[in-house]
Amino acid sequence: MAITLDIALAHLTSRKRQTLVSLSGVVLGVAFFLAVSGLMRGSETDFLKRLVDSSPHITVHDDVRQGRAQPAALRFPDGAVRVANVRPLRETRGIRGWPQRLAFIESLPGVRAAPVLADAAVLTFAGRQQGVTLSGVVPDKMKHVTTIEEKMLEGSLDALAADPNGVVIGRGLADKFSLRLGSTLVVLAADGSSRSLRVVGIFRTGNAAYDEGQAFVLLKRAQSLLGRENRVNRLIIQLADPYAAQNVAQTIEATTGYKAVSWIEASEDLLSLLLVRNIIMYSVVAAILVVASFGIYNTISTIVMEKTRDIAIMKSMGFHPRDLRRIFLLEGLIVGLLGSVLGELLGLGLMQLLGQVEIRPPGVTEIVRLPMFWGAQQYALAAAFAMLSCVAASYLPARRAGRVRPVDILRGAA
Amino acid sequence: MSVAGSPSNPVIRVEHVTRTLEGEVPVTLVEDVSLQIERGEFVCVMGPSGSGKSSLLYLLGLLDVPTQGRIWIDGENTGDFDDDRLTDFRLARLGYVFQFHFLLPEFSALDNVALPIRKLGRLSGAAVEARAADLLDRFGLQGHHHKRPSQLSGGQRQRVAIARALANDPLVILADEPTGNLDSAASTHVRDMLRNLTRELNKSVVAVTHDVDFASAADRRIGIVDGRIDMAWRPDRPS
Repeated sequence: MAITLDIALAHLTSRKRQTLVSLSGVVLGVAFFLAVSGLMRGSETDFLKRLVDSSPHITVHDDVRQGRAQPAALRFPDGAVRVANVRPLRETRGIRGWPQRLAFIESLPGVRAAPVLADAAVLTFAGRQQGVTLSGVVPDKMKHVTTIEEKMLEGSLDALAADPNGVVIGRGLADKFSLRLGSTLVVLAADGSSRSLRVVGIFRTGNAAYDEGQAFVLLKRAQSLLGRENRVNRLIIQLADPYAAQNVAQTIEATTGYKAVSWIEASEDLLSLLLVRNIIMYSVVAAILVVASFGIYNTISTIVMEKTRDIAIMKSMGFHPRDLRRIFLLEGLIVGLLGSVLGELLGLGLMQLLGQVEIRPPGVTEIVRLPMFWGAQQYALAAAFAMLSCVAASYLPARRAGRVRPVDILRGAA
Repeated sequence: MSVAGSPSNPVIRVEHVTRTLEGEVPVTLVEDVSLQIERGEFVCVMGPSGSGKSSLLYLLGLLDVPTQGRIWIDGENTGDFDDDRLTDFRLARLGYVFQFHFLLPEFSALDNVALPIRKLGRLSGAAVEARAADLLDRFGLQGHHHKRPSQLSGGQRQRVAIARALANDPLVILADEPTGNLDSAASTHVRDMLRNLTRELNKSVVAVTHDVDFASAADRRIGIVDGRIDMAWRPDRPS
């Protein structure tokens, strides 16, 4: 091994310019691979984090995927009698027996849940009106299932418990109506009932639509205002492991009978878009390394052609074809290894630079930095792909070297 | 059939060897050659250009395989060897010197001589270097150990090539026009060195040459014409 390594190194160092060109190709390929995949995976992770953080992991709706069967149909499944024009019993919409269902959900391991009654309402102040989603919440539970408490600029969610006529609004709405802590506004429900509420908290999430269109009141206040006593229409759930949401949602739906939608199901189209994006991204960065591997093929192929006589002499001296193949495969491996190390260093630098770039995405009020993924697996992936490309590129020249017949070359040289 | 040499305890025995290149028109390079080379014998193979001298040398050096016939080296029938065994046999028992030195240009004289020793793997580390240095010194290359081939004269390069051929203490040195590229002083030096190998180290040397002066030092001269041994051939005879 040492002797073949020595010869491989001697070949590469004696052709410094060609070796440097090949090496540069691999270095740039690995660096771009890292920078692009770091950026793409960073944006994906950031997007998923925002998705997971800003919305409940599971939402139980006051709805069912399939309507309940009529008692007569259950009693006589094979019955031939059809009862037409049955008028269903009218009832107030919402989740029936929600305290018991909430208790069941909270008994599941790693699960936190909060009841919400949300409906459309209109806020009026000084003759101006703004349609909002009015959410009735239990502050003590709500702050454990959302990040809203962290987003409070003034006041707190707990202030709702102390003041039954309190309301928490977003910064956008507060700015629009020139409201501040202690200001009073009027809320109008769909049936026309109204009530004066006092601003006890102001939050800012950075999402302009949410900051203008969301208001929180105490659950009891919302129930009375919306005319839906003792009802909630959502149970929002937060999990210790967000990626278990799909399974937990199925368990909850099977037990409660109400439609439980995980964030994964709700964002299915976006997640499949991310998958397509990843496939495109990896194809492009892999193509960079494949192009770089042509440079290595060219260099090693040239060495094999120039060194045909040396190869013949080595074989006549007693080198096996496998020794010759090993020499040229090692050359590819050395370029791959060195290219990977230098490429990863350059890639790290590029990632640092890109991570400093500030942008303001549409719909977001804050300036954010380009999100970057620093996970170890992409370094391993970039290095592995570079090494594979380099060894594959050196395989054909190495095979050709192994097949050289000394006598053919010596006859030609004589 | 053509036979050269006498039956005793030969280091090389060639029996009715023919080498034909297949093709639309088959070409016979060597035809029905039989000969023997004794231990410590200096043999020159001579003949006109294209007569098959080098082809015979490649067959003796196991770089080529006969189409017919058998070659025995050191009592072993090389026709029974597979490719791996042939390669290992060349490494341990045979040494080559060519018209062009064919040294690896990236390596020093010392490293070139050390290469076959390292490949054989019987010596390690300092012992390899000591053996290579000793061989170079034997051929008057003190002070040139760490020079690359490009920094040496033609005669010095050829002496390094001879040292390399002796690296693994082979039975036979096969030389193909070893002085073909040298001036007369260097030719004489190389000839004397090869001659001394047979006397001092009891090596057998088989050299292909056009050089009459070189051949005059040989124990025996074998003429080859049209691939066949022709003991009546003389260099001054028109070919």
